[in-house]
Amino acid sequence: MSSRKADPAGFAAPGHGRRVVARRREAGLLLLGLPALLLLALVFAWPVLRLLSLSVEGGTLAHFEKAALDGLYVSVLLDSLRIAALVTAICLVLAYPVAFWLSRAGRLGLAIGMFALLLPFWTSVLVRTYAWLVLLGRNGVVNRTLRDWGWTEAPLPLLHNTTGVLIGMVHVLLPYMVLPVYAALLRVDPDLTRAAEGLGAPAWRSFLRVTLPLSMPGVSAGCALVFVLSLGFFITPALLGGGHVIMISMLIEQQVREFLEWPFAAALSTVLLLATLAIYALIGRLTRGARLATS
Amino acid sequence: MQLSVTGIVRRFGTVAALGGVDLDVAEGEFLTILGPSGSGKTTLLKAIAGFEIPDEGAVTLGGLDVTLAPPRSREVGMVFQNYALFPHMSVAQNIAFPLEMRRRPRAEVRQRVEAALRLVELEGMAARLPRQLSGGQQQRVALARAVVFDPKLLLLDEPFGALDRKLRESLQLEVRRLQRRLGLTTLFITHDQEEALIMSDRIAVMDKGRIQQIGRPGDLYARPASRFVADFLGESNLLEGRAGQGVAQLPGFGAVPLPGAAAQPDGPVTLLLRPEALRVEAAAAPLPCRATGTVLETVFLGQSAKLRLRVEGGAEMLARLPLRPSDPPPPAEGVVVTLGFAPEDLHVVPQG
Repeated sequence: MSSRKADPAGFAAPGHGRRVVARRREAGLLLLGLPALLLLALVFAWPVLRLLSLSVEGGTLAHFEKAALDGLYVSVLLDSLRIAALVTAICLVLAYPVAFWLSRAGRLGLAIGMFALLLPFWTSVLVRTYAWLVLLGRNGVVNRTLRDWGWTEAPLPLLHNTTGVLIGMVHVLLPYMVLPVYAALLRVDPDLTRAAEGLGAPAWRSFLRVTLPLSMPGVSAGCALVFVLSLGFFITPALLGGGHVIMISMLIEQQVREFLEWPFAAALSTVLLLATLAIYALIGRLTRGARLATS
Repeated sequence: MQLSVTGIVRRFGTVAALGGVDLDVAEGEFLTILGPSGSGKTTLLKAIAGFEIPDEGAVTLGGLDVTLAPPRSREVGMVFQNYALFPHMSVAQNIAFPLEMRRRPRAEVRQRVEAALRLVELEGMAARLPRQLSGGQQQRVALARAVVFDPKLLLLDEPFGALDRKLRESLQLEVRRLQRRLGLTTLFITHDQEEALIMSDRIAVMDKGRIQQIGRPGDLYARPASRFVADFLGESNLLEGRAGQGVAQLPGFGAVPLPGAAAQPDGPVTLLLRPEALRVEAAAAPLPCRATGTVLETVFLGQSAKLRLRVEGGAEMLARLPLRPSDPPPPAEGVVVTLGFAPEDLHVVPQG
């Protein structure tokens, strides 16, 4: 004999009703993100869409045609990509050892390291870039010191060229590489390194076979972040490049400010956005394996 | 190979994590370091594996002083508490790792990995990633990785902690069989006394950075050298009495003849009686030392029952009664029963 119990709340109802209850709970959590989402839509997504739509105003692709056919814009875009790639590579090389040290440092070391790393965030990019102008000029601190010590005779060209731009950009963007790599390294169980060493690996092989592959998610996040930020950099290349290094953001600004060519600026912006997304997807694709293995 | 630890001291600030440890493990022996957390057993293990350099003393492995040698040159296979499998490598790559580090030829690596997989009965799992395996399977991979390069010594750091009881018991026996078969000198670290009793040739009980007693499981269980060992290993009744002229006065039981009475000086004495040696009711009637007591709590355990009792005019005691399915239920709470034991089951616990 079977018996049925009273079930006023209907909890014994077939799966469907329960899923509705479950989904309602999840929907409640989504509400927490709503204010930020609304703000973004209003002050970011909407203006960006407006700008992008300007590029095809009048139903013509003429602006894109101009951007693609005029060698200047293509070469500037390629230059921007090259500089962004260089900045990313330099940041990675400088940041990885720092992140590694931070992830192994004691409490005091970590506090000092983090302080030094985050200190620049307290100063505006503009101020920091002007500081580099003072440091890197023909008669700047660096060149004068080198001459005083007799290491160089003529001043090194550190300003108004790619070198200066790279120095300034790396300085600004370094923390964006250190932090994700540091976070990834923290998640690598120290027992894994011990296990590798106990099984016969010298420190460098244990690093190459275990620590490095397991930190790849942080490396790819850092690279994506720095690369994307570099592509759109404006103030630093404008000031330290002295007009000799043109990045695509500077061209866009020029179109708007000097020529009032909003539709063409919008077309260039669209190209920049698409390039950024493409590179983002590429980095994601390249490091998917690493993320899968370590997640 | 034979392992010797002599006079190892490791201080952290003013605290001595290891306060002079001496230990010899014979070739092929399974020795367990048993101790509560904070007893120094992990520090000892690290000193033997090479992750920690002791302030004083020496570690010799197969006659070779390795006190200052880096872990990689010690030829010690270790199974970590959380297994420490490389998450981005397949099972086969994990097991091949120590061979690869030794630059063995590829054919040999493949053959040895296959043999190791057979040994732990994981054929067909070679291509899986560790997270695609169950806890017990991960444990076997860790074991295979630790023995695949014929280490001089196998270290097991609480490797069963994360497994459920049934699986743990079957793996314990499996690891012991495997260790016997390979003839591997093995040092096993645990805080679980039951596990230590099941697996070991010998047990070293550690507390406060020192080895308190070392011996075969049966000896340690029957004849603990201190209150700590008596209490830590198994369940125990520690009875306080006064010894004099070959007998001890025990509250509730009266005068009880002491084992090895001649050597026992007069004065306060601590006696150990294991719960299974304390009988109740009918089983107690023929025994020479008897008292009455009230049942405070009865716990049914399947093959036995555990009783907490208060001896009339004496202390609380534990009794463990064997139960067959046809036996009547054990005495319930509040029932007054006769208790008894045989004096030869008593063990005098050395003072201090």
